[in-house]
Amino acid sequence: MLDKTGIAKRIAKEVQDGYYVNLGIGIPTLVANYVRDDIEVEFQSENGVLGMGPFPFDGEEDADIINAGKQTITTLPGASFFDSAMSFAMIRGQHVDLTILGAMEVAENGDIANWKIPGKMVKGMGGAMDLVASAENIIVAMMHTNKRGESKILKRCSLPLTGVGCVKKVVTNLAVLEVTDKGFKLLERAPGVSVEEIKKATEGTLIIEGDIPEMSL
Amino acid sequence: MINKKVNSVSEATKGISDNMTFMLGGFGLSGIPENAIAALVKSGVKGLTCISNNAGVDDFGLGLLLHQKQIKKMVSSYVGENDEFERQMLSGELDVELIPQGTLAERCRAAQAGFPAVFTPAGYGTEVAEGKETREFDGKMYVLEHAFKADFAFVKAWKGDAAGNLVFKGTARNFNPCMAGAAKITVAEVEELVPVGALDPNQIHIPGIFVQRIFQGEKYEKRIEQRTVRTRE
Repeated sequence: MLDKTGIAKRIAKEVQDGYYVNLGIGIPTLVANYVRDDIEVEFQSENGVLGMGPFPFDGEEDADIINAGKQTITTLPGASFFDSAMSFAMIRGQHVDLTILGAMEVAENGDIANWKIPGKMVKGMGGAMDLVASAENIIVAMMHTNKRGESKILKRCSLPLTGVGCVKKVVTNLAVLEVTDKGFKLLERAPGVSVEEIKKATEGTLIIEGDIPEMSL
Repeated sequence: MINKKVNSVSEATKGISDNMTFMLGGFGLSGIPENAIAALVKSGVKGLTCISNNAGVDDFGLGLLLHQKQIKKMVSSYVGENDEFERQMLSGELDVELIPQGTLAERCRAAQAGFPAVFTPAGYGTEVAEGKETREFDGKMYVLEHAFKADFAFVKAWKGDAAGNLVFKGTARNFNPCMAGAAKITVAEVEELVPVGALDPNQIHIPGIFVQRIFQGEKYEKRIEQRTVRTRE
C-alpha cells in the first residue's frame, strides 16, 4: 500500500518532457519533488505564475510571490507572472498539458466531486471547476477509501460535482485506474496489494483483464 | 496628462455608500488593497456586496469588514481560511455566491472589456450552472456567465503614476488587472507613486485609462498566510 508520498512518486512518472503542469493542493503538490530531473517541465499555479521553483530559504520569503495554496515560493529562470484572466486562459484554452488534483469522490463515468460537503464544509471550488472542465489530461490523486473505510471510487458521485466526465486516470494508495466507457480499468496494483483487496475497496465497476502488474516507483 | 492622483484614502473612497457593490483585488492576502479596506472599515458602510476571490482571514483583509458585519453578500471562489466567514455563512447571516475562479476573473474582464456575458465550460453539469443558459459549441457544453456590475473597484499595484498607469509585482498581480476599469469607479492604491514619465510605457501592465483615482498607500503590512521555507543544506 502507498502513502501520500508514494502516490506522488507514481504520478510523477506520468509527467513527460515539455509538459506544462498544474498541481492542486495536497498530494499533487508533492509530485513536483519526484519528477525526473532529465526532463524539462514547467509548473503553473493558477494565481498567476508559470515556472514555479522550490520554497524559498528562510529569510528570503516574499509576500508577493506565492502559489495557489498561499505558500511562499520561488521562481526558476524563464518564469513569468500574469493576471488571473490570463492564467485561466492558459487553463481553459488547453495550453496546460496535465492537471493533477485531489478528490473526495470519483465516479466510473469520469465525474469528480472535491469542493463541497453540504452543511459541513463549504470552502469553495477555487480553480478546480475551470481546471476539470478544460483539461484534456486529468489525473486524480487520492486515497482509495475515506476515513470510515468507504470507497471513494464510485458508480456515481454522491457529493456536489466539480465536473462531469472529465477524469482520465486515478492514482490511489491501492491502485492505478483508467476511466473507460465500461468503468474503472485496473492498470496497476500498489506494492503488496492484491486484486482482491482492490475489488473490496472499489464500489464502482472494476474491469480486470489478465494479470495486473505491481507498479514500479 | 490627465491627473488621477488624490491626496488621501478618504478622498479616494469618496462616494461610497451602503448597499453598494465593490470589487476588491487580491489572492489570499497577496495584492489586496489594504489601505482601501481599512478606510471601508472606518467608514462603517454596510450592506455591501463584495466581489473578491477570497474573503481574507479572521483579523485581516476582508475579514475585517466581515467582523464588523458590513458585508451582506460575498462573491468568491474560495473562502477556506476564515472561521468567522464560515460561521456567518452557515448561520445564514451572510449570502455567499461561490463561483469558479476562472469565471470570477472572466466576469470581471467582461465588465472591463464591454462584453455582457461569456460562455465558459467551467461548472457545466454542476450546481454552479443551475438556472443558467447552456449551449453546445463543437460538441462541448458551455455555461453563460454575465459580466459583473460594480460601483467601485479597489485594486492594488506595486508602482503607479498620477496618470493612473499601474505596474504589479509577482503574484500580487492576480485579479487586480482584471478589475481595473470593470466598475463605475476604479480606485488604485500603490506602494510607490512615482513621477509621471518615470515608468517605461513598454512596461506598464494597466494603462491609466482604466483608473479614476490613484494614491500611495500609507503603509503595507503584506501579511503572509502560509510561510513555507526550506532549510539550507
